[in-house]
Amino acid sequence: MKEILLEHGGGGESTGKLINDIFLEAFSNETLNKLEDASPFFADGKMAMTTDSYTVNPVFFSGGNIGKLSICGTCNDLAMMGAKPGYISCGFIIEEGFGIDELKTIVKSMSEELKKNNAVIITGDTKVVPRGNADKIYINTTGVGEIVYDGLSSSGIGEGDMIVVSNSIGEHGAHIFVMREGINIKSDLKSDCRSLWPLVDLLIKAGIRIKAIRDATRGGLSAVLNEWARQSNVCIKLKEELIPVKREVKGICELLGFEPYHLACEGTFVMAVDREDADKAVEAMRSHEYGSNAAVIGTVDSEFISKAVLETGIGTKRILDIPAGVLLPRIC
Amino acid sequence: MNKKSKLSFSLLLDDYRDSHIIKKIAERIDQSIAGIDRKIRIMEVCGGHTHIIAKYGLEQILPETIEFIHGPGCPVCIMPKERIDHAYIMSLEKDVILVSLGDMMRVPGSYGSLFDARAKGADIRFVYSPLDTLDIAKENPDKRIVFFAIGFETTTPMTAALIERQIKESLKNILYHINHVTVPEPMEVVVSEDDSNIDAFIAPSHVSVITGAKIYQPIVNKYKIPIVVSGFEPVDVMESVRMIVQQFADNRAELEIEYKRGVTTEGNIKAQKMIDKYFEKDDFFRWRGVGDIPQSSYRLRSEYSYLNAELIFDLPDNSIDDHKLCMCGDILKGKAKPFDCKAFGKTCTPGKPLGACMVSDEGSCAAYYRYGRFNKI
Repeated sequence: MKEILLEHGGGGESTGKLINDIFLEAFSNETLNKLEDASPFFADGKMAMTTDSYTVNPVFFSGGNIGKLSICGTCNDLAMMGAKPGYISCGFIIEEGFGIDELKTIVKSMSEELKKNNAVIITGDTKVVPRGNADKIYINTTGVGEIVYDGLSSSGIGEGDMIVVSNSIGEHGAHIFVMREGINIKSDLKSDCRSLWPLVDLLIKAGIRIKAIRDATRGGLSAVLNEWARQSNVCIKLKEELIPVKREVKGICELLGFEPYHLACEGTFVMAVDREDADKAVEAMRSHEYGSNAAVIGTVDSEFISKAVLETGIGTKRILDIPAGVLLPRIC
Repeated sequence: MNKKSKLSFSLLLDDYRDSHIIKKIAERIDQSIAGIDRKIRIMEVCGGHTHIIAKYGLEQILPETIEFIHGPGCPVCIMPKERIDHAYIMSLEKDVILVSLGDMMRVPGSYGSLFDARAKGADIRFVYSPLDTLDIAKENPDKRIVFFAIGFETTTPMTAALIERQIKESLKNILYHINHVTVPEPMEVVVSEDDSNIDAFIAPSHVSVITGAKIYQPIVNKYKIPIVVSGFEPVDVMESVRMIVQQFADNRAELEIEYKRGVTTEGNIKAQKMIDKYFEKDDFFRWRGVGDIPQSSYRLRSEYSYLNAELIFDLPDNSIDDHKLCMCGDILKGKAKPFDCKAFGKTCTPGKPLGACMVSDEGSCAAYYRYGRFNKI
């Protein structure tokens, strides 16, 4: 048995074998192992719930794969609401002919990422669709977690707050773009795909007064900050030279005409914090490997209400714009 | 991805973005301009320059008497709708793979953009290097690959190189829709108008790397107007402005090269010969927003007409005008600014462009929309 066949999704013997040999092997826990129609769990206090579907192409990339992404992404969404990831559901849609070994690799990375978040998969589903009806594999995950830091909101940012990023930006977007479009560039760039709860936990424990926090996924840093500026009715001002961007990302942007602020991150967040806590937050994050390039990148004032503005090294200002639709390389 | 080239982003560019150098040049411009009692309107011909000026906010550190006029030098922006329609129609033909450069994807024709065609099932791919088309052709021997060629003199030799390789490798399945345009002719159109208010030009270096700076000498001679061939980093643009201001201070009107690290008077003779081997000047090209300009584009030489997609596919031969509200024509000629247009940022945005200047990132309206909307909208 080397490939996924339609019968693996049929509910019969093959399905049972797939569940036992692959999914339970990797995700085993008391609740899931019972394989009930629905899984009971206890909840105490205010909870948060999120869902996301993962369709990334290519399925395997440098720094991760669709499986790692499906756990990081959903757990990170919870973490960004101040919720500690707890229970996860997981649905696979697999194209007939997908390699079993590839599936095992995907599932193994999911299991590793669950451990980092201290979360468990308690229910799941698998469907197999005929060849051509899906592109290799899609994964949906839903996550539930208890809110341990309440009051985070993109409309709660005020003048005087500081803007901080947890790491250098744009790596996932740059890497995936180059891989997906088959651009002949060899670089050491990897996706920054990683779980953020450990960093958030660190900040909460350090007593940082966080106003808003968001992982800069699709649309990158600029999408998040523009939304915050609008919803909080403030002007967010960044200093271009303070924003950490790896040289490889700069190089790809240079070549293709992109801005690093538009590229997706999958393991980097931006947050607005109380002015007095900014340096402390950076220090706390830098103590962790996932926050090694954390930096204060800007401030909040009222000069251009509802806008995100970039201050260049020569002291001029420009709008930090939101990308229009899909990123395309420019021709000259 | 069999052949990979190692990307090394060196420190090469950093000096050309150094804020201290930029500020120093700004100071020198202030000194040179002190004795000049007039406005200096500089047209940066190329959209790439417009983009750099907007991105770095260079106008904010220049004297108020210097004004940039944003020229018609964006090959995607000036592509008339009917030719985008050609791409759309060809892409939906059976067993066709349409290949182009990235920017083209979003440009709306009268049926829609190439993205829309892709959603309808068309196989459309964009490449960074035209030579990647060879791999696509080899991997799909039973398909017709149409290379939708765009760009100024910069990208024309790349298309010529693709044709040369195709012929050498006896590949039969690549066809060409040629939309290569040239820079000096539209410059002459805008400067020769009776009410032209252009005092100087900044010309694009990458074009002159191929053609040499010499292509602008006739315009300098005829219209007594300074032209500086400039690189694409902020230091380059500032230095070019300084050189223009100095010409005004000295009462000169000359052709000068700022981008000496890549541009000579004569240019790249080998590349020029490549262009000449496969292409000849077409009678005219219809520039979106500007109109017909004679001798401003290339077509395949007749001995290569078997590769000419325009002759092989059944394509309509009509011209389609832009929306009435659109002021692109005036903007491209320097007679209006993006903010003067009623549609700007309202019915015309980068997501849904009405006219040429909003279409590509390099267009002046798109640059204003992206970087300059502090309080206007």
